[in-house]
Amino acid sequence: MLRVALRKRRGDFDLDVTFSAPTPGVTAIFGRSGCGKSTLISLIAGLLTPDSGQVVVGDDHWYDSERSLSVDARHRRMGVVFQDARLFPHLSVRSNLEYGARRLAKSAARPVAFDDVVSLLGLGTLIGRRTYELSGGERQRVALGRALLAQPRLLLLDEPLASLDLARREDVLPYLEKLRDALAIPIIYVSHQFDEVLRLATRVVLLDDGRVAADGDIAAVSIDSKLRAIVGPDSVGAVVGGLVERVDLSGLAMVRVGDATLNVELDEAAVGQRIQIQVLARDVIVATEAPRRLSVRNVVPARVTSIRPDVGRSVLIELDIGRTSTLLARITERASAELALETGKQVWALIKSVSLRGHVFTVTGR
Amino acid sequence: MLSPAESDALWLSLSVAARSVAFNLPFAILVAWLLTRARFAGRTLFDAFVHLPLVLPPVVVGYLLLVLFGVRGPIGGWLHETFGIRLAFTSTGAALATAVMSFPLVVRAIRISLENVDRGLEDAARTLGAGPIDRFVSITLPLIAPGILAGAVTAFAAGLGEFGAVITFASNIPGETRTLPLALYTALQTPDGDALAARLAIISLSLGLAGLLVSEFLSRGIARRLGRPLNHGWER
Repeated sequence: MLRVALRKRRGDFDLDVTFSAPTPGVTAIFGRSGCGKSTLISLIAGLLTPDSGQVVVGDDHWYDSERSLSVDARHRRMGVVFQDARLFPHLSVRSNLEYGARRLAKSAARPVAFDDVVSLLGLGTLIGRRTYELSGGERQRVALGRALLAQPRLLLLDEPLASLDLARREDVLPYLEKLRDALAIPIIYVSHQFDEVLRLATRVVLLDDGRVAADGDIAAVSIDSKLRAIVGPDSVGAVVGGLVERVDLSGLAMVRVGDATLNVELDEAAVGQRIQIQVLARDVIVATEAPRRLSVRNVVPARVTSIRPDVGRSVLIELDIGRTSTLLARITERASAELALETGKQVWALIKSVSLRGHVFTVTGR
Repeated sequence: MLSPAESDALWLSLSVAARSVAFNLPFAILVAWLLTRARFAGRTLFDAFVHLPLVLPPVVVGYLLLVLFGVRGPIGGWLHETFGIRLAFTSTGAALATAVMSFPLVVRAIRISLENVDRGLEDAARTLGAGPIDRFVSITLPLIAPGILAGAVTAFAAGLGEFGAVITFASNIPGETRTLPLALYTALQTPDGDALAARLAIISLSLGLAGLLVSEFLSRGIARRLGRPLNHGWER
């Protein structure tokens, strides 16, 4: 368990953040640029000194203002990957990778082996190169490897993909997924891209202007109105967890979500696989009668739990689909009025399978 | 080709300049580091003090050195009594005077490259387990090596021609402190010394030209390396 409670004032900016993260697993720290994400990472890593608070990982206290305790960053064994990679330009890729490992005590345990990191991150062909010969994505992979080989107890990834264009991000993301699934090292992943968060994390700490706005499972945070303010109306959508129950020959998977079964297209589906699906609010249709003879594949019985005004002349409807799973639907005020929607009403939520393409993410079994 | 007096002066000049650079570098690196990284009261005054040799008449620097490092001076006296080291009127003294004169040049060169070092790299090294001295040696020093090299070359070239501070502090002793410019000056003071003066001038000229060419060559190399980050020489 990582426990963080930190306070830091810098000029006008006041950071006051408390959260805990289970270990192992990926916890995303999500928020707009300038909300204090990078400052928070520097504070946890010990590169900045907080005004007060605590940083505790497991039984190790790294910072505790009440006990006047502050362990130097170099002894905290936190693997930090920065947005700009920060490879040492005067050293080769191999020397960069070995930099932290060389500074470990001779007797220190080395659960992460050099060859494993090289194969996990696909660094084989990069080892002999100079850092300036690497692409942005390759630089980040080397930075990840360098952090891992220092045998960290916690990985802090500070927007490692933010400086990369979309195509280069795809060069790194699969490696991050592999890393998450292969190693038992807890990861704090900082990002301002919600799709990255969806892909990697199961827990989210939502940061807004130096404060924790929401904190919890991604499903709970996804329906929180404070998230909506940050991702923008077009990206609003509930995230639901699901279990792949059956995969037919065409590759269409039957996924158990709440009390319902959704038809989802999956590229690599395995029965028993846990996935999380983001269902965008604008893609959900609400019906008050069970519809017939429609092309839509997913018709889910649901109960209205709240109706709130949304952007323009629309409302956002929260739908309970059983087993604490919730969907969001955005419809016009007029539609809501004509259907006489109200809290408690039984309805059907309609979701086109094709609208889920690109919004389905595998979740580590851990 | 060269008379014994000429080659004496030439070698002495080279040796004094080289030793002045050796004196300079450790202190210059420290001072440059203090001026870029450390926050302390009186930093601006300290900065100005370091640059004084650039604006003071060299004779004044030589005189101050004589007061401080002379055998009866506070530092010179201590050195003489404790270690038996005499600086005034020796070639080591000439190197010291030369070092003081070129000190600001070296500090400047190193400081510029220190300011260009990405502090984020030092932070990265810190998270990877490197302590302050380790970070300086393994990251900062290699990255400012071009600046140190540039500073050293400039100081060496400038040191070949130092006159005022040397003659004041170390005097003009043949074979001990009579470097090229001092030999040239002496020749001009001597009747029939014109031919010697001309020869010494030509030697100085060639030396200066060679120095500038080497410096230009090195700075081109450095520019190339900065365009493309340093790629060899500091590999482990």
